[in-house]
Amino acid sequence: MVPAIQISQVHKRFGAVHALRGIDLEIQQGQFFALLGPNGAGKTTLINILAGLSRADTGAICVMGFDVTKQYRQARRAVGVVPQELVFDPFFTVREALRFQSGYFGLAKNDQWIDEIIHHLDLGEKANTNMRALSGGMKRRVLVAQALVHKPQVIVLDEPTAGVDVSLRQGLWQFIRKLNEEGHTIVLTTHYLDEAEALCKQIAMLKQGIIVALDTTANLLNRFSGRSLTLRLEPAQLPESLHRLLTHQEKELFTLSIADFSELEKVMVELRLAKVQILEMELNQPDLEEVFVKIMSKQ
Amino acid sequence: MGGFLTLLYKELLRFWKVSFQTVAAPILTTLLYLLIFSHVLAEHVQVYEGVKYTAFLVPGLAMMAMLQNAFANSSSSLIQSKITGNIIFILLPPISYVEFFAAYVLAATFRGVVVGLGIFLVALLFVSVPVNYPVWILLFALLGSGLLATLGIIAGIWAEKFDQLAAFQNFIILPLSFLSGVFYSIHSLPNFWQHLSRFNPFFYMIDGFRFGFFGVSDVSPFTSIAVVCGCFLFLSLLTLHLLRTGYKLRN
Repeated sequence: MVPAIQISQVHKRFGAVHALRGIDLEIQQGQFFALLGPNGAGKTTLINILAGLSRADTGAICVMGFDVTKQYRQARRAVGVVPQELVFDPFFTVREALRFQSGYFGLAKNDQWIDEIIHHLDLGEKANTNMRALSGGMKRRVLVAQALVHKPQVIVLDEPTAGVDVSLRQGLWQFIRKLNEEGHTIVLTTHYLDEAEALCKQIAMLKQGIIVALDTTANLLNRFSGRSLTLRLEPAQLPESLHRLLTHQEKELFTLSIADFSELEKVMVELRLAKVQILEMELNQPDLEEVFVKIMSKQ
Repeated sequence: MGGFLTLLYKELLRFWKVSFQTVAAPILTTLLYLLIFSHVLAEHVQVYEGVKYTAFLVPGLAMMAMLQNAFANSSSSLIQSKITGNIIFILLPPISYVEFFAAYVLAATFRGVVVGLGIFLVALLFVSVPVNYPVWILLFALLGSGLLATLGIIAGIWAEKFDQLAAFQNFIILPLSFLSGVFYSIHSLPNFWQHLSRFNPFFYMIDGFRFGFFGVSDVSPFTSIAVVCGCFLFLSLLTLHLLRTGYKLRN
């Protein structure tokens, strides 16, 4: 199966700034993929080149097997982009904006799908309202709707939930998950790492135009952020055999680093043998934020 | 409906939704010029024999308004889209640079022609203007508006703020159109200014357009049409090159 997105040796410079330094990346069809990185890492630049909004100095990007410059018509039909900025055309209503966007892709009779998107994104009451009169959250929904209007196989969301309230976020993710289950490839950039962790199976991290990490979410969490176990003990003494796991101690509170659940079992056995009683226990799951901070500070 | 037709329709609807500003206002402004100038000068000036000065003014003023409005349409649409960021809605879809060019030029030309037609029809309430060669009138109206629509795209692509666009309009378009023989025949000018006027492409648009009405002109309409076509072709190729390379749009 042809990859949804194939990026080969993409370089981009803005004057003295080398924004992308030879990016190689392959995203398979049907994936829910996160592209993470601090501000200025090159995420939006990469998305812009992928969407045809900018051009790479060297290298190539293919969407569903179509080169974004040489076969731009097919490539652009295959991709829908939700931009980071809240942009809108002040002359038109929500429905007009969606019809125009649909028409630009050559889809004249698309009202049934437009109605469906309007319904899923809860825009029904505002369908005939001028874009200027919408709140920020509603404008964001329209941007998502505009990106989906031509039923693209690949959907790119560039920080779609920035400044958006909880209910919209939940509704949006529910809809995007449904599209992913139907086979659409989703590429997400976000600074909300909990969202990326919950939604994405695969993650690439970008720093200063270079991919510094690329793996499944599970692998990244395991490799860079082991679980930690916090124990309150009676007596407040850790058996000698567990000292190698100790990462932090505060009075009778001991924090141990454990790789997985099999190590948890061993800790329990050692404590029982040493006749130490557990008064309190908290198992902390790994989190992507910790992984992100570690990777970014390491490089 | 393909991408081109949708973009064309969108551009037409964009100015039509604010037609008081884009159509009615320029018609009113031009008619005020007509009334004031004809009131002050009608008794003192006769440019062509047997043609009243008020009648002489009508084609020139109509053409000037057409040119200015065609320019305003494409340039303002582009700069607004660039500044507000909604230009991405037309850069993301599979619309070719030729389709992009054609949609903007046709929409702006249409606005120019609608304004020109409006001025002509309302002017007929005040003065009778003969129509000798309607084909010449139509040709110059379409080509002149198309030329300025193309120039509007260039200005819209080049300008990064409204101030730069206003400078383009006030320091290039306005002087060239005012000094093109709207209010006079270049034969009434001193030699030096007569020669200088021949380097102004606006002069040929207005002179050729006026020929269609009165059958009289300062230079042959064939010369005028050749100049206008040449300028249109040059600017079109330049604009297509800018759009193809994505200059200031896809960066």
